[in-house]
Formats: sequence, C-alpha cells, structure tokens
Amino acid sequence: MRPAVLTGEYFMTGDVACAEGALAAGCRFFGGYPITPATEIAEHISGRLPEVGGTFIQMEDEIAAIASVIGASCAGVKSMTATSGPGFSLMMENLGLAICTETPCVLVNVQRAGPSTGLPTQGAQGDMMQARWGSHGHYELIALAPSSPQEIFYQTIDAFNLSETYRVPVLIMTDEMIGHLSERVVIPDAKTIQTVSRPSPKGRKDRFNPYEAGPNGVAPMAAAGEGYHIHVTGLTHDQRGYPVMTVEAQEWMMNQLVGKIRRNLDDIIRTEAYRLEDADIVIVSYGVSARTSLAAVDEARDQGIRAGLLRLITVWPFPESQIRELAKRVKGFLTVELNLGQMHLEVERCAAGRAPAFLVGHPGGTIIPPDDVIQALKEHF
Amino acid sequence: MNQPNKQLRHPLDDLLRTDRIPHIWCPGCGIGTAFSACLTAMKKSGIDLEKTVMISGIGCSGRGAGYVNLDSYHTTHGRAIPFATGMKLANPELNVVVFSGDGDLFAIGGNHFIHAARRNVDLTVVCVNNFNYGMTGGQVAATTPLMARTTTTPMGNPDAPFNLPLLAYASGASYIARWTILHARDLMESIQEAILNRGFSFVEVLSPCPVNYGRRNKEKAMDSMRIYQERTLIRNDARPWELDIDFDKGVILGKFIETERPTCTDRYDTVCRPKELLEEMKGSKP
Repeated sequence: MRPAVLTGEYFMTGDVACAEGALAAGCRFFGGYPITPATEIAEHISGRLPEVGGTFIQMEDEIAAIASVIGASCAGVKSMTATSGPGFSLMMENLGLAICTETPCVLVNVQRAGPSTGLPTQGAQGDMMQARWGSHGHYELIALAPSSPQEIFYQTIDAFNLSETYRVPVLIMTDEMIGHLSERVVIPDAKTIQTVSRPSPKGRKDRFNPYEAGPNGVAPMAAAGEGYHIHVTGLTHDQRGYPVMTVEAQEWMMNQLVGKIRRNLDDIIRTEAYRLEDADIVIVSYGVSARTSLAAVDEARDQGIRAGLLRLITVWPFPESQIRELAKRVKGFLTVELNLGQMHLEVERCAAGRAPAFLVGHPGGTIIPPDDVIQALKEHF
Repeated sequence: MNQPNKQLRHPLDDLLRTDRIPHIWCPGCGIGTAFSACLTAMKKSGIDLEKTVMISGIGCSGRGAGYVNLDSYHTTHGRAIPFATGMKLANPELNVVVFSGDGDLFAIGGNHFIHAARRNVDLTVVCVNNFNYGMTGGQVAATTPLMARTTTTPMGNPDAPFNLPLLAYASGASYIARWTILHARDLMESIQEAILNRGFSFVEVLSPCPVNYGRRNKEKAMDSMRIYQERTLIRNDARPWELDIDFDKGVILGKFIETERPTCTDRYDTVCRPKELLEEMKGSKP
C-alpha cells in the first residue's frame, strides 16, 4: 500500500501529477468518464484511490460523473472529476448545481481543440469563456490554469483548498500539452503540504441554518448523516436551505453566491510577473501559452523590446485591478492564447482604452511559437 | 402560520418539515400517499434515520425531498440516481432513498437508472409513475400508455410505454415491486422491504394525476382509484415481461424480484482494495 503523498522526485505527465496532487490534497472520491486527453487522470487515480481508503467510479457519462462528485462531496468527502471539451459541455448544468448549493468540488478540463469533437488529441485553450459562463444564470467561480506538470500538482492542492474554503467548484483549466507533457515533478514531504477542509458547523443541531454565512461570507457545511437534517436544493433558497420563489430570496442568495468570491479577491487571485517591473509592453498569458510567452519575453528583451509577462494562475476571477493599474503606465497589452480571443476580451475590457490590447491567437491543435509573439510585438508596438 | 394543536399532530410529523406545509401537490394527486407510504416504511424499517438521506430529482414527485425532515437533496432533472450513487459510495453507512417521478427517472434519467441497477448500488428507488409530466402541465412521458392524450400528443400517444419492472430486471435490480396508491399498505410494506434489502431496490407506484393526465383522458381521481381496484391483479410470481401497463388487459401488481447479490461497494472493496486496508477499515467500524 502506497501512502497518499508519494514524496519523491519523478518524471511525470501533467495528468498523473494532477491525480497525485488531488490525493495529496485529501481527495477521496473521483467520479469520471473517459475522454481524451483527460483519461490518464482517471486511469491513474483509479489505481490509487482504493489503497488510500478512497473510491473511484467510472460513471455512465459525464453528467453522471459530476452528479456523483457533488453527491460524494455532500457526504463530506473531497471529490473531483476530470474531462475535456465535450464532457465539459455535458457537465455544465450540474456545475450550476454545485454553485447554487455551495458544494465544494474540483473539475479538471484538459482542453482540446473544438468546437464539437474537434481535434481530440490536440490541445487548445478554447473553453476559457465556457469556464466562466458555461452554466446558465449569473455566478462566480474559481478557475486555475497550470503551466507545467509540477504546477498542476500544486495547483490541484490549491484548487481543493480554495474549493473547501469558499464552498465553490474550482476548475483547473489545463490543456492537452500540459496534460501530456512529461517533466520533473517533486512531491514534497506530506507534512509540508497544507490542506484545508470546509468549515464545519458548531452549536445546536436543531438550530442550524445551512446557508447562514460566517464572517468571510461562507456558511459552515454539514455533511449528510451528521444529524443536522439539512435540506439542499438547486432552487432559489433562503438561509434554511428552503426553496423560496421570491425576488427577495433571489437577491439574497445571489448576493451570497457572488459576494463570497467578490469580497475575497485578494485571497483568491494569483498571478506571476516576469520582467514586468520595467516593461512597457505586457504579455498576458496562461497555461501552455505562458511557456511560449516566457521564451518570447527573453527574446524580445534581447532585441531591445521591453516586454514583460503577466502569467494568469487564476484565470477566473480575472485580475481586473492589476490590468487596470498596468494600463495606466504601459504602451499596451498582448494576450497570447490558443483560441481566437477569449481572455483577450477581458484584457481589452479592463484596459478600457487606456492602453491598446492585441491578440496572438490560434484555433488550437499546436502551440504558438515564440516567433509569432515577437512578430506581433514588432507589428503592434 | 398557525401551529397545529399538539394532540392533532400526524404520526409522521416528526419526519416532515411541517413548516413547509402546505405542499404543492394538487387535490386528487397520488404523490402524497406514495410519500406517506415511503416515510412510514422508513420509520418502520428500524433503520437509523439520522443516517438516512432522501434524494429527489425534478418534477412533482421530485419535491418529496423538500418535505422530509431528514438530510435531503433536491438535485437536477434526471440526476438523483448518480448523485445518490456518489453519496452512497462516499459514505456506505448512509441509507439512501431516491424518491422521484417517472419522467425524471426514466426519460432524462433513464441511463443512470440502468447503470445503478447493473452495479447493484445499495439504493432504494421509489418511482411515482403518474404517466405524464405533471409539473410542466401534462406532456407525454416514457410511461404514457399507447394512444393516451397529453398536451404534446393531442391526437393520442403513438409510442409504447416502458415496462419499468422489466427494465429494472434486465438491468440487474435486486428487489422489484409495483403497487398503486390504492394498495397503500402493500406499497408501504414493499418500500420497507426495499429499504432493508441490500442492493439496488426498485418500487414503482402507479399514481393518478387528475389535473393533467386524468383531465385529458376522461379519468377523474376517483375513476383512477376504481381502475386501480378493478383492472389490476396481484401476482407476486409474475414474470417481468408480463408486466406491460395496459389497463384494458389488466395491470399486474406485486413483488416480483427479491434477491441478494454483492453490492457495488462489496465488490469494490473485495476487488480493488488491498486486503490489509480492508481489515483496517473493518476494524475501525463499531
């Protein structure tokens, strides 16, 4: 029996590192459905979960996969699923259920090129807006974008911690390139890994209101079978969790769902700056495209172009204020992503005309070469 | 709201969220009877109610979870069973009862039903079959009898309905019964057996929907009761393929299947877990 945290140094793919990160974070339930290029996460964790006391199940489709994950999380167990484009589309309705019922869970999307069946074995970053708005209604959630197998290991832990802290689904928006890339991954000593569990209720069981928020806007969460007799529904509900079909209830609930994220942006948003201090052109990128951008920044500097990189680690919520601040002092922005302009629209919105925003986009299937970025820098600035 | 006088309390009040009553079900609807049979069965079965969960999908019967004073989950349309599967596998100590309707469980959710039965997930599924989509105003369902009129089959239903016990049987369910709400005691006893049966247990409850189904098929609430009395026969030994619903020929009720085979969790533990961990896990349980 191997332990949950496999301390050591490995040569590992992003998909496998993601599965190991989940185990290190305390994930003990995985409901999945095979899909390229995310399958390896399910394959790896299916062998690992039973030996650490967890449960893996391959469900009949992606709708069932995420429904089982939400059910398992409501039983008090940290839970996740992993998929790619078509499966991500099928999961959208129940993603909304997790948001509305404030059920923590982690959903990995190893993005491939779409739309539809697209290029199943070749990567893209085309689901970034779907991650933000794919489920119906207005909401906030958290989405992360790792740039290496090592980072996906840590980000998966971070994803669980954020999900448990804020009782919100957290998406890991990786891509086929990172998922299938083998690199050195260091798994640290278990003692150094910090994990967070959802706040649990205190006080009298008969007076517990399942949606009465604490100081950070997040309500403690009772698991099924703990004796709190909670009711959980995807209908608009009040603090007791009871359905209430009024405008007031909708306003109250939406304020809670949206507010807990919007009021904690400083705690949630993670970015990384590279050679940004003196940069007058900001490249904004994430995931595999951030690796392209990193190379492009160094090459541009060698050619006398003062470029820097703002790497998005959380893509949602979007670091609006950072872009606004940068827009006051830089010549412009260049977003590099494997789609035809998604996060670029956010950069453009936040730059709000103070600085021009340009795109180096590609519909996916390959990575963007650094030369394309250099060329765009020369063309636009 | 006026609190009911203490001595006038219903014997099931402790299992009800009485502050949510009145419920949404229409006069003449059978869901309340099915729900009441389900609560009575839960109580009589002697299971630990603190470890008992009710899970519903969407629809009139899907509102069941909202009225039970236990841990209760009102999920998305068709997805009560996969939600319940995740919950049961994550914590096998929970008793998980799915209470939902025919449209929810067998049209949009049909795929989940057959797979949960195949795996023999230890769930109790109570399906209130009222032959149509009641909540949305009476559209054709996967259970609507041939030629019956609904708002989306105004000329009559051209398609044959499911034989639900046969579907459950073919999929591997370990307990299968069918009753009507007129057979309230048999129904209650069957649900009780279903709860106590280890494995995937299925109880179909035929139930009138006078407002939406009955109105368009010249069947008032009392007519449905008469049909349930006069055109049904109880045959516990009936073979699943004889259980088509055709009231002109007579509809067979009864307990058709009661078997025990390893559950999904049993098999997962023996096949997938290391033996030493299994012993450790067993040792930690009281």
